[in-house]
Amino acid sequence: MRARFDVVVVGAGPGGIAAAAVAAAAGMRVCLLDANPGLGGQVWRGIGAGTARSYPHGGKFVRWKARLDASGCEVWQGWQVVDAPKQRLLRVESDVESREIEFVHLILATGARERFLPFPGWTLPGVMGVGGAQAMVKSGLDASGKRVVVAGSGPLLLAVAAGLAKAGATIEGVFEQATRAQMAPFVLSALAAQPGKLIEGALYRLWTFGVPYRFDSWVRRAEGHARVERVWVSIGGKERAIACDWLACGFHLVPNLELPRLLGCQILAGCVKVDALQQSSVEGVACVGELTGIGGLEKALHEGEIAGWAAVGNQARALSLASRRRRQLEFAARMERAFALRPELRRLPTDSTIVCRCEDVTHKELAACEGWREAKLHSRCGMGSCQGRICGGAAEFLYGWGPKDARPPVYPTKVATLAAETDTADRASR
Amino acid sequence: MISAIRAAIAAIQAASVREKMLADRKISLTVNGKPVEVAAGTSVAAAVMMAGEPSRFSVTGEARAPLCGMGICMECRMTVDGVPQRRGCQLLCADGMEVQSS
Ligand SMILES: Cc1cc2nc3c(=O)[nH]c(=O)nc-3n(C[C@H](O)[C@H](O)[C@H](O)COP(=O)(O)OP(=O)(O)OC[C@H]3O[C@@H](n4cnc5c(N)ncnc54)[C@H](O)[C@@H]3O)c2cc1C
Ligand code: FES
Repeated sequence: MRARFDVVVVGAGPGGIAAAAVAAAAGMRVCLLDANPGLGGQVWRGIGAGTARSYPHGGKFVRWKARLDASGCEVWQGWQVVDAPKQRLLRVESDVESREIEFVHLILATGARERFLPFPGWTLPGVMGVGGAQAMVKSGLDASGKRVVVAGSGPLLLAVAAGLAKAGATIEGVFEQATRAQMAPFVLSALAAQPGKLIEGALYRLWTFGVPYRFDSWVRRAEGHARVERVWVSIGGKERAIACDWLACGFHLVPNLELPRLLGCQILAGCVKVDALQQSSVEGVACVGELTGIGGLEKALHEGEIAGWAAVGNQARALSLASRRRRQLEFAARMERAFALRPELRRLPTDSTIVCRCEDVTHKELAACEGWREAKLHSRCGMGSCQGRICGGAAEFLYGWGPKDARPPVYPTKVATLAAETDTADRASR
Repeated sequence: MISAIRAAIAAIQAASVREKMLADRKISLTVNGKPVEVAAGTSVAAAVMMAGEPSRFSVTGEARAPLCGMGICMECRMTVDGVPQRRGCQLLCADGMEVQSS
């Protein structure tokens, strides 16, 4: 089946919802699609009208959702873009079906994911991402009575620690790798601005729970039989063992660049390069939200609105939002500097530490390779089912390898697709 | 205007009652043959962790559990009702579901 729309928006997080609502309300035929069964993206994952209050800026979700509902936008939930076979055409898949969509304007709002860095023991059950632990608890995992260490880097650490504590977990400590000096300008600016309210709230809640928050600290290794039982943390230069049931560890966020890359959008310093109207280097393709720089919820909403107005040809309206966007970009830049990764983290993996979890390829095997080409030749690193989404960011940081080239399918979901992939892989490895 | 706001508030309240009723409902499934009971709306990945079972075994035989919770790492892929390679974190539990580590 082939569908046709004026505007296709990929990703129904804040950026995509705002873009789709604005464009559709102005009379365009718009399709908003997301791989998730629910609207909201990362920050509003699992949100509903009744639960909105427990989410950051939940009220904004309710208002934007109402605008979206009233706009006449078509919403395809449970569909993901797997390929862009030719200009102005996408291939999308649900669990049971595959379709093609023609578009005039494409707005990508595919968001970000956590960055993972390998350290000894990070493959043990009970070791999760920071956002990972949050997502698991939001989707029903019982945190009550769990002793949890939260570590890594980024503003998410605080928010998630507070959330887990509220869900009944005992937080054994929050360990941020960044130095206090590195973070100070960010914290000061954040406290003065809107997102600061969130940080402030999280800090306050943590204090009331008596949770220590330490800079200059990171997990060196995790240990345990069958699951994580304790972690060794370097705290301001001293090493200490902490017993725990879960380790939530992630190193800030990286944009999901697979689709922009596949479409040929120019990428600069890890983000899609866009102009004041959110347009990428590829005609007809705009990018918004985390794709253009990790800046959070408000930046995503704002950029979505700009791209929506740009798609309907109302440049004046789009440009009227420019000054707020400039402030959000400055905030994003400060955040990037605040959570820049320290070099010590490169020395965490030992020879036998697994870097590629899909294929169990070790640090020793990979450190000997020049880059992705050689790594793929000697091992199956990056060719497993995560397609380099986890090991890619790690290899970039550990070995300085460039990005893995995006090749379709960007995201295999259908069993048939996966089975076919496994099949080819099996044949290739024989 | 006021009546529109009232209607919106009523809709939100109704939705919240519906959500609470849904969350109170229990779902029974099995994980590696073990019977498990979870609240409606729980993901398969969460249910498997609560059952204390690994989601999969790696190519060298390590037990693995969900990592990213958001459909990216594939550590949660399991066989669900005979269908292999389902991402448990992207799938809700359903009554009578049979889940197997992969
Ligand atoms: C794990 C995690 C937890 C977070 N928690 C918080 C928090 O608690 N508070 C906070 O303020 N910020 C949080 N953030 C930051 C978050 O990135 C932003 O707040 C905000 O959600 C970004 O909005 P966005 O529109 O750019 O993208 P997102 O909200 O990330 O939405 C992107 C959407 O695109 C969809 N998508 C991606 N690729 C495809 C494809 N190929 N086909 C179809 N759909 C696709 C995804 O399913 C997703 O729903 C979190 C981020 C992550 C990764
Ligand atoms: S936990 Fe990572 S894909 Fe499900």
